[in-house]
Amino acid sequence: MTTLSSFTTGLPLLSVLIFSPLVAAAGAALIRSERALRWWTLVWTTAIALLSLPLWWRFNADTADFQFTEHTAWIPWLKIDYSLGLDGISLLLVLLTTLITPLCVLASWRYITSRVKEFLICLLVMETAMIGVFSALDAILFFMFWEAMLIPMALLIGVWGGPRKIYAAIKFFIYTMAGSIFLLVALIALRLQTGSFSIPGMMGQPYGATFQLWVFAAFFISFAIKVPMFPFHTWLPAAHVEAPTAGSVVLASVLLKMGTYGFLRFCLPITPHATHVFAPAILALSVVAILYGGLTALAQSDLKKLVAYSSVSHMGFATLGIFVLNINGLEGATMVMINHGVTTGALFICVGIIYERLHSRELAAAAGIGRFMPVFMAFFGVFCLSSLGFPGTNSFIGEFLVLAGGFAHSKLLVACAVPGVVIAAAYMFRVLQRVAWGGTANPAHHELHDLEFREIVTLLPLLVFVFWIGLHPQPFVHAMHATVVHLLGQVGHALPAAAALP
Amino acid sequence: MISSFIAFLPELVLLLGAFVLFVITLGESRWVLARTTALVVALAAVAASLATLGQHTVLFSGAYRVDAFSQLLKLILSSGFVGVLLLSGALPDIRDRIKAEYFLFLALSVSGLLMLVSCVDAITLVIALELSSFPLYLLVPMRREREGQRSQMESAIKYIMFGVAANGLMLFGLSYLFGLTGTTSLPLMVERLQPVISTPLALAGLALTFCGFYYKLAVFPFHFWTPDVYQGASNETAGYIATLPKIGAVAVLVRFVSLASPANDTIALLLAGLAIASMVYGNLIALVQTDFKRLLGFSGIAHAGYAIVGFVALGTAGFAASLYYITGYMLMVLACFVVISRVSRDGTNVAISELAGLHRRSPLLAATLLVGVFGLAGLPPFVGFMGKLSILTAALSTGHLALVIITMINAAVAVYYYLRVIREAVFGDAAAGQVPIVLDRSTQVLCLLLIAAIVALGVAPGPVLDAISNSLAWVTTAAPRV
Repeated sequence: MTTLSSFTTGLPLLSVLIFSPLVAAAGAALIRSERALRWWTLVWTTAIALLSLPLWWRFNADTADFQFTEHTAWIPWLKIDYSLGLDGISLLLVLLTTLITPLCVLASWRYITSRVKEFLICLLVMETAMIGVFSALDAILFFMFWEAMLIPMALLIGVWGGPRKIYAAIKFFIYTMAGSIFLLVALIALRLQTGSFSIPGMMGQPYGATFQLWVFAAFFISFAIKVPMFPFHTWLPAAHVEAPTAGSVVLASVLLKMGTYGFLRFCLPITPHATHVFAPAILALSVVAILYGGLTALAQSDLKKLVAYSSVSHMGFATLGIFVLNINGLEGATMVMINHGVTTGALFICVGIIYERLHSRELAAAAGIGRFMPVFMAFFGVFCLSSLGFPGTNSFIGEFLVLAGGFAHSKLLVACAVPGVVIAAAYMFRVLQRVAWGGTANPAHHELHDLEFREIVTLLPLLVFVFWIGLHPQPFVHAMHATVVHLLGQVGHALPAAAALP
Repeated sequence: MISSFIAFLPELVLLLGAFVLFVITLGESRWVLARTTALVVALAAVAASLATLGQHTVLFSGAYRVDAFSQLLKLILSSGFVGVLLLSGALPDIRDRIKAEYFLFLALSVSGLLMLVSCVDAITLVIALELSSFPLYLLVPMRREREGQRSQMESAIKYIMFGVAANGLMLFGLSYLFGLTGTTSLPLMVERLQPVISTPLALAGLALTFCGFYYKLAVFPFHFWTPDVYQGASNETAGYIATLPKIGAVAVLVRFVSLASPANDTIALLLAGLAIASMVYGNLIALVQTDFKRLLGFSGIAHAGYAIVGFVALGTAGFAASLYYITGYMLMVLACFVVISRVSRDGTNVAISELAGLHRRSPLLAATLLVGVFGLAGLPPFVGFMGKLSILTAALSTGHLALVIITMINAAVAVYYYLRVIREAVFGDAAAGQVPIVLDRSTQVLCLLLIAAIVALGVAPGPVLDAISNSLAWVTTAAPRV
């Protein structure tokens, strides 16, 4: 428990952040007017976003210790504690979550017309679970938040989704649930070795090599499904395509990060030996994901599907960065996680905006709308460029760091992954060209109206982050630097046997 | 003498209530009065259990023990009885003439269960078990006969036949144990069985004795009655059969399995085998069910398997986990049966497809079903998750890794059929002509109570787990670990 620093503030900030969405949800249950409900949720989620800013100011980036910690016994009989805390990586992810949620409320302002109350309650419960996952330092607390997300997310897809929503919701649910049961077994096994469910307490223990391999395998199945890594990705396109805009945004921006976050929080520090053993295979899968996701995206005619497959490709960069196990790779992977949250979230909102106007997500139907919606096109263009990693935008930083880390690890690896960047340019420019100009036979778009104020407000914060991270990434990298260095120490030197490996 | 009567208060209240109900049944179709009386009796039994929670005494020449364990279970059982009565409502599918008798038999059966958890002598135990079972044999065929619904007699016969067979095996096993130890008193039996516990005779005696409780709990291979009785009995009766008797069975199983602790590999292996068979069988067959009650029947077999997993650990932690699990199971299944009883038109069985659009017909029922079914599937923050967690922790801490993995695979398989229910109720749209379901006040209260209890036991299980494991102190004193 030495890693739990005593750096505490008077206010239990994390608990407040975790539970205020639930309070808001309880309040929303009592409101009748739909308009009032939307405003209520927007005000609450914005307030939560503002409330999370002190995390950024007060965070001490010079240490890898957990900060803002809270610790109370919860279920002593099972040795489960209520313990929370943030390090540099989870800090960024919590902030991403609180940023994205109000934008989701705004993005579904018009889109959701039936059962608005239930929709907003689901969204708020999701926010609680998402912040909880990133702040939990007790394995069972983590697991409870992890699983608590399933029900509201399945409802978001299954109730408010597209034509094949039920299929997509069930597939999402079963896939994720099937993965997480092994996670639970692994957590119990670790608890029996260490005597408590404390995550920091599980790190750096001298587990046997075989034990580590099994635990890692259980972790891997669960997190790989969530990322999703090739070949566990098949639930993702279905879920993304059928989910409503807000569902897709939450899914892409936050939920997928939980898989990679799981790798960083559990696999690397708890089972370092197994990490070294499995890393080559995972790197290979990552490269496959980058290429496969990109090539599949190239072939899509449905805009949402295209963005969904590009997610597979981007998350391939994240896992690649994690398992090259060096400082550039890990920092790059974390940046890719954040960037993907910003850019892909924005792209899904853009596709939602197109869908609200055209009632179609077909690329062909959207051809040539740039002429009639110049403001939208400006936003969309920037996000597309960001998605393909254009220098000066956020994704460039992340992918560059990952590739730099990969280069230090193996030149062959980077040689295999680099075509992914080219493919990304290919599919994104294809979209950009079609949507902005189209061809000679564009559908008639005369009645289209450009973005309204609400939509601009929705996209603007994400645009700011695209350029902020792209041009001045130093604050973000600095926030996680100490944590990443510490993490590398845990992977490299935790086990004498592991140190001998290349 | 007075103090021993006070310790016996919950049982006395129920017996007295049953007597009053008997008098009421002598009149002409006064079922509303009978229902009110039964409800008052149940509430009085809850109050009496609460009042006697701290009692410790031995009654009837050592055959009957009132301790923290028994009183805690009496509290759970009588609270469950209140739930079952609220669920029963107007008993739409029981013939009017015998509705009053229905409540009489229900009260008698519960009084049998209440005695069961206190029995520490083989003879009284068998009597209490029969007292809790015989009324059930009568409740099943009380369902109204009509076109397309004539299976209740067959179900009742099946129920009795299996019950009698299982009891026969149990008595046979008890006779072995008696022959080995020369006593019917369980505490004495524990002592005298220790030197001979690994002999085939003692193992056979114990294994056969368990059969009687496997039957109640619907553990493979004593499960055959379950789906048919669930389907044949009226919704309300099935709601009772699926819940309270299982708690009684687990409680008595704790008493008997503790005869085999500390660690006895053969018994652990036997229990593990039965647990795996129950889980796999129940879950696989449940996948293809179309009738919601049959689905719950097969899932009940699987859940009995999960409960047995806790016993495999053969220690206080495992027993406490099983008791906690089965208590949570009672709440979750009651939640499902409330939905069945209210969705059902005129008391008929409910197909899963009939749940379609429930969220529009009655949001509260849909929420109850959501909580109950996801709880059964083992999702946090519901009690089903905490139950599974504590059971798996207990089993894994005694090194049963393979069993734990098989359990988790089963839990994953089960998610699919629970999702089928959710799909209809929450995602599906109602067929044309479906009217909203209007709930009376008592049903609303029951739904809210069940949701609150399922969530509360899942989020803050500490006090309950502590109370259960403290009440199991006698297990370790009776059979000290070596």
